[in-house]
Amino acid sequence: MANDRTASSSEPLVALYRMMVLIRRTEEQLARAHQMGLVPGPCHTYVGEEAIATGVCANLRADDVVFSTHRGHGHALAKGVSPRAVAAELMGKATGCSQGRGGSMHLFAPEIGLMGTSGIVGPSILQGAGAGYSFKLLGSDQVSVAFFGDGAVSNGAFHEGLNLAAIWDLPVIFVCEDNMYATEVAFRDATRVQDVAQRVRASYDMVAARVDGNDVLAVRQAAEEAVARARAGDGPSLIDCKTYRTRPHAEGMRDGGYRSAEEMAAWKQRDPIAAHAAWLIEAGHASAADLEAIEAEATTTVNDAIEFARSSPFPDPSTAADFIFSAGA
Amino acid sequence: MREITYTEAAREALTEQMAVDPSIFVVGEGIGERGGNFNTTLGLYEKYGPMRLRDTPIVERGFVGLCAGAAMTGSRPVVDFMFIDFILDSMGELLNQISKIQYMSSGRIKMPIVLRGCIGIGGAAATHHSGSYYPLFVHIPGFRVATPSNPYDAKGLLKTALTGDDPVLFLEHKLLLNRRGPVPEEEYKLPFGQAAVIREGSDATVVALAVMAPKVLDVCDALAKDGLDIEVIDPRTLAPLDMATILESVGKTGRLLIADETFGPCGIGAEISAQVMEQGFDDLDAPIARLNGVHTPTPYSPSLESAIIPDNAAIEKAIRDLVAE
Repeated sequence: MANDRTASSSEPLVALYRMMVLIRRTEEQLARAHQMGLVPGPCHTYVGEEAIATGVCANLRADDVVFSTHRGHGHALAKGVSPRAVAAELMGKATGCSQGRGGSMHLFAPEIGLMGTSGIVGPSILQGAGAGYSFKLLGSDQVSVAFFGDGAVSNGAFHEGLNLAAIWDLPVIFVCEDNMYATEVAFRDATRVQDVAQRVRASYDMVAARVDGNDVLAVRQAAEEAVARARAGDGPSLIDCKTYRTRPHAEGMRDGGYRSAEEMAAWKQRDPIAAHAAWLIEAGHASAADLEAIEAEATTTVNDAIEFARSSPFPDPSTAADFIFSAGA
Repeated sequence: MREITYTEAAREALTEQMAVDPSIFVVGEGIGERGGNFNTTLGLYEKYGPMRLRDTPIVERGFVGLCAGAAMTGSRPVVDFMFIDFILDSMGELLNQISKIQYMSSGRIKMPIVLRGCIGIGGAAATHHSGSYYPLFVHIPGFRVATPSNPYDAKGLLKTALTGDDPVLFLEHKLLLNRRGPVPEEEYKLPFGQAAVIREGSDATVVALAVMAPKVLDVCDALAKDGLDIEVIDPRTLAPLDMATILESVGKTGRLLIADETFGPCGIGAEISAQVMEQGFDDLDAPIARLNGVHTPTPYSPSLESAIIPDNAAIEKAIRDLVAE
């Protein structure tokens, strides 16, 4: 199987590392830009969770679609949006992927299947199911992915969306990124059943896998199976990824009172990028020098993206109310 | 010309468009084999099957949000709410997603979705089956809102809704559904934002919405016997709203009444009134008047229900008062 840890070709395995590093470096620079006042609005980073977007999107085609959350930089980058377009969007520039209409929470690149990141918890699940409905209705073998966090799991959209996708056998992959906190409310305080996969199997008779969300190979393997199932017309799946965000809910927010320093330190030891790097070297897929070169390449790319964003123009104020309705309407 | 009912006319529009556009599908409760509580989809399930006539569980938020995703990816969903009151469970998906995604995506994603249902007071349906709600949607950028008052408009406006790329609220007053009217067999569409002058006159202008259009026409025919010559305008769509036709009429008559069964506060009459003040103040010979239903939840008992709707006597009084100003 292509996603087996014993796979002979190194390049796809190294590519996972390259993408995770690109996401990490981009967000570190975005956090810095936010501190410098270059990002006028909020900035929710994905630091610590990179393995999930990377492992899932590695299985997607450009014409497959992704619906994402307020913590969506990683999904956008993994789906193929450039760091330039993400950085420019956060800085509110005309060259941003949403042309300055969205910021951190509303990244759009439908031409490559990024159908939007959302400031509201839940709609990604319903819209992801709806894209699956389209593909089934129109006879396409495209698949749809809905990313959401543990915070969405107790929301009605989760129940309604998964139930509809299940009863109608829609080609959808539901990816739960359980980082243990919905903003600052612990998942253990929000549900009696923290095993989301178990709940989904019992409630919707849907195929569901529970994986280590910090293990990019485990995520990729589960996603490969789910994507194949959806593409074959065998219906939806859920992947329950256990992970942790190591920065605050949003940049500049006080991060105390709801989680301990010990917990944070323990999860930082389980960093998905460091873990994959160690495995690549140990398994002989890359040398330390190879990985350093990838790091350097990412740094160059991201520095260029930040410079591009800083030097890009703001949108023309006269366009503030454009695109409310379809063209020509 | 042949005469068919309002429901038949709207169903004809849907049937014709489903035949030419395989991306159209309908969701709702009982719209499959049953053909819809109001016969909106009668006979279509047999032609098109469950993928295109999709019975749903009672989860308005769920299937509205799902239809948003479908509309974003190449389909044309028609959400049949039966009673439009049920739309309220999906307001977050409507106001935060469906109305905004074309804008948020800088026009790269389309949102061709039709949201239809019965509005209005009548038949002792009581307060969870009698709402209209259209001012809420007119207030939000990103929605088209159609309130056809007769079979011809119902077919022509639904055709436009089903061939456009914007979210459309298509609202059918339940007391109009069985009314018959002339509908040509040839293909036609009615553009949004084009009001109809349904009665010409010179003494005053009445803008009459949805069910108020036929009621006002009846009253004006009676008033004509007393020598009162009233112009009646049916806006047909509330978003976009054809103010040009209203302003032109007020320029001729100098007097304006807005008759709307639903609530007055922050309503369509308030909006039209403000715009006439801004753009046609010098044409006015009298204060603008509004006639609305009582600002209350809808009661059940016929004696209470009829007490909150503007009846023909109230319409006549409002017009006579306006002309006497």
